Amino acid sequence: MQEVEKIVNGKDLFKRPEYQDVLANKKQFESSMLAINPARVAEVQAWTESWDYREKNLAREAITVNPAKACQPLGAVMVALGFEGTMPYVHGSHGCVAYFRSYFTRHFKEPTPCVSDSMTEDAAVFGGLVNMKEGLKNCAAVYKPKMIAVSTTCMAEVIGDDLMAFIIAAKEEDKGEFLPEEYPIPYAHTPSFVGSHITGYDNMMHGIMSQLTEGQKGETKQRINIIPGFETYIGSLRSVKTIVEAFGTDYIMLGDHSDQWDMPAGQYEMFQGGTKLDDARDCINSSATISLQKYATSKTMKMVEKRWKHKGGFSNPVGLKGTDEFVMKLAELTGTEVPQKLKVERGRLVDAMQDSYPYMHGKKFAIWGDPDFLIGAVSFLLEMGAEPTHVLCHNAPKGWEEEMRAMLDTSPAKDSLNVWAEKDLWHMRSLLFTEPVDFMIGNSYGKELMRDTGTPLIYIGFPIFDRHHLHRYSISGYDGALNLLTWITNKVLDQLDEDTKGIATTDYFFDLIR
Amino acid sequence: MGPESLEAKQKAAIEEILKAYPEKAAKNREKHLGVGSPNDETQKTCGDVRSNKKTVPGVMSQRGCAYAGSKGVVWGPVKDMIHISHGPIGCGQYSRAGRRNYYIGVTGVDTFVTMNFSSDFQENNIVFGGDKKLGKCIDEIELLFPLNNGITVQSECPIGLIGDDIGAVAKTKAKEIDKTIVPVNCEGFRGVSQSLGHHIANDTVRDYVFDAKVNVDTSDVIATEYDVAIIGDYNIGGDAWSSRILLEEMGLRVVAQWSGDATLKEMALTPKVKLNLLHCYRSMNYISRHMEKEYGIPWIEYNFFGPSQTIKSLRKIAAFFDESIQAKCEEVIAKYQPMIDAVIAKYKPRLEGKTVMLFVGGLRPRHVIGAYEDLGMEVIGTGYEFAHDDDYKRTKEEIFRSTVIYDDVNEYELEAFVKKLQPDLVASGIKEKYVFQKMGLPYRQMHSWDYSGPYHGYDGFAIFAQDMDLAINSPVWAHSKAPWEQEG
Repeated sequence: MQEVEKIVNGKDLFKRPEYQDVLANKKQFESSMLAINPARVAEVQAWTESWDYREKNLAREAITVNPAKACQPLGAVMVALGFEGTMPYVHGSHGCVAYFRSYFTRHFKEPTPCVSDSMTEDAAVFGGLVNMKEGLKNCAAVYKPKMIAVSTTCMAEVIGDDLMAFIIAAKEEDKGEFLPEEYPIPYAHTPSFVGSHITGYDNMMHGIMSQLTEGQKGETKQRINIIPGFETYIGSLRSVKTIVEAFGTDYIMLGDHSDQWDMPAGQYEMFQGGTKLDDARDCINSSATISLQKYATSKTMKMVEKRWKHKGGFSNPVGLKGTDEFVMKLAELTGTEVPQKLKVERGRLVDAMQDSYPYMHGKKFAIWGDPDFLIGAVSFLLEMGAEPTHVLCHNAPKGWEEEMRAMLDTSPAKDSLNVWAEKDLWHMRSLLFTEPVDFMIGNSYGKELMRDTGTPLIYIGFPIFDRHHLHRYSISGYDGALNLLTWITNKVLDQLDEDTKGIATTDYFFDLIR
Repeated sequence: MGPESLEAKQKAAIEEILKAYPEKAAKNREKHLGVGSPNDETQKTCGDVRSNKKTVPGVMSQRGCAYAGSKGVVWGPVKDMIHISHGPIGCGQYSRAGRRNYYIGVTGVDTFVTMNFSSDFQENNIVFGGDKKLGKCIDEIELLFPLNNGITVQSECPIGLIGDDIGAVAKTKAKEIDKTIVPVNCEGFRGVSQSLGHHIANDTVRDYVFDAKVNVDTSDVIATEYDVAIIGDYNIGGDAWSSRILLEEMGLRVVAQWSGDATLKEMALTPKVKLNLLHCYRSMNYISRHMEKEYGIPWIEYNFFGPSQTIKSLRKIAAFFDESIQAKCEEVIAKYQPMIDAVIAKYKPRLEGKTVMLFVGGLRPRHVIGAYEDLGMEVIGTGYEFAHDDDYKRTKEEIFRSTVIYDDVNEYELEAFVKKLQPDLVASGIKEKYVFQKMGLPYRQMHSWDYSGPYHGYDGFAIFAQDMDLAINSPVWAHSKAPWEQEG
């Protein structure tokens, strides 16, 4: 029973003898093996850690277990929330939207506005035109967004709804009451059975950029477009802007959700910040476009390079080398020297790397995440002399595996470094048992791997549900690399303390100064 | 506050809120909003609201889908079975381990609740069908997770649209591996909310656990006169455990938990119990009614939130059994009373008169009202995501004062109600949490217990009281306004 002066929640409550009795007593009715035959559980558990299991696990062809990817519309929602006053609108069932909103909200600890047009069984039979007509009207009337960005769920894609025709029909029927002719409603088809959330990001970004710029082509301006990609670090967006601003150049960040998912307390406004719609319309007239995530923007950048003929290309400013390349690209595009401010920042980062290198050098890491994140983060590990033993990308697009392999091949430890494209986190579990590492870098889904294998987890990635505020920091630019360095080094030191804290046994290495 | 009554304010708020909608939407939403009054016999449902209808498109409903109702709520917590999210990758990922259905087991070896098994549909599975892939998924599960006691197939939207026959696959494979395989056609587009998913899942329990051969040995459990099952408790934060302890203390034997920390065997044992105890009526009344009809097992609803309702429920349950149980029931009530008195003495002075607005799912919009009122708090608004008429009828019995009732409330309406009625605490889900915290309002998630709990039973009430105090009396809310903004 609770003691009123020390009320405890489930964490400690269920450790009490009366609850331990309840749990033990329950076992007589259970069919779980732990209740019937704990020895058999131990036996199978040990087998899941073996090479035999690893081989069988890696041979899986059909079932995905503990994935490290999500579906297209999630990425589309992120794009929409990066534009001024824009409501993400998902054509399909509202269950999906409840999931997208929860998923982002649990990561950012911020509200995530998004509507659906609540298609049900009759829409599955007759198509979702009626839902679209009513949904756009209601959304415009109630939330008064400046733009509505429409994407789709798999339901709408399977029945083959035609977004462009539906949007035109909705505007026609509305006769300008809530949806005037010029009201921007860009759209993208985002089937969840193709690619992953980064594909959806690409499709929606392509949709907004191509549709908003229709008929806007004019004189080219000395200005750089920046497309961040599926960026879940709010601080990264700010770091990138600070770097570009240091060059004194005009720029447009296309899809800037840094204010939307980082609202100050005090009052609630549904939409904050984002790329100005006028800027988005004019982005076709910039002289260059740089995408910070190659694999999350391939379709968009194809349009920008082939049709718009923009200079720029890809540059991934994560880690020292990545940031150097980004800075040099900006210097080249603007025809200016690297600003003093950035030179100092770089110097400070390198200084910090040289202070901390002994702790990362030679340490083995397992890491997973989105393809572009991995390119940057693995580059940084290599810059520090660490060994990325397992690099796993569940949503690896074509070409990624080769690029990652080439990077790993620059390491003296290259023969023990592995790339795992299109594998999931249950594969990772096997690998951590058969070819163990010192640390893991990944999202919250690594938590069970940490419990099962005992490998310490450094939380970097998306989603992070069970640690607070990391997403507010930057992992891009020189300051972002400093954050990576700090998080990783201090986790190594925490672990060193953990391993040496045995009183009168190992604490001779429990150093005060390091 | 002025002379305006609470009821008048509530009615004015509804009127004002409806003005923002286009005509058709306003007409629809008007029927889902009302003011419930505790003594109004003329109301058919609380506030005379309509429910379980299609959501108005485009308005940011908080509702989920049938898949969420089946995989997320009913089947997902059954721990010794593997639940395949059948279709594209997203649904399983977004719903992974989000509901805090606690369980004991070696995850990945003999239990699987917090994992995500997906058939990860690709375009060719849509074009050519996914039945073959599903068969292969089952084979691979059997190879790599041999201690599973069965598999459920949780259909995502495309399955029902492309004409796959998961029933046939399940039948063939079940024979092959000699385990229970349950095909569930809970595609997200079915019905208007999670609710139909609950119903579909209940029906598959009937068909595949009760009416089919289940390959787990139940012969070792000999039925007794005091056997009961807990139905509709998902063991969120350990709720079923803090309920179970009370039932056992009063001499009953809890044979099964549905479905938090449940196993297939417990479900298979349930048709032999003497009484089904139904907590979440909405999600599991179907299977309770079925067991009543088919096996003659009566069921009663109970409420273990807050001491007033807990005591009422314990006595109601005991009344079904003999005097020895009734006597022990009184002993249980007497045993916990001093602790409860002390909890109330400690927290009531800190919470008395504070007003609350709720918006939750299954049973909580009505079941938790009593717990707040036990602490002297006043619930002035409540509503359900996916309730039916019978829920709103039951709500009439639970409200204490004029209460604004909002069915399937959307983001715009809830925000507007809160601004107009100015509660001291909002209690709802994760999607709404930060909207209200931005406004400086104390907030508690009432789906997940905001990562605390359990809230059921006597021990749970102490935690509930502590958490509400934590939320309302935290110093952080006072920081919202900067010193230079404060008046004179």
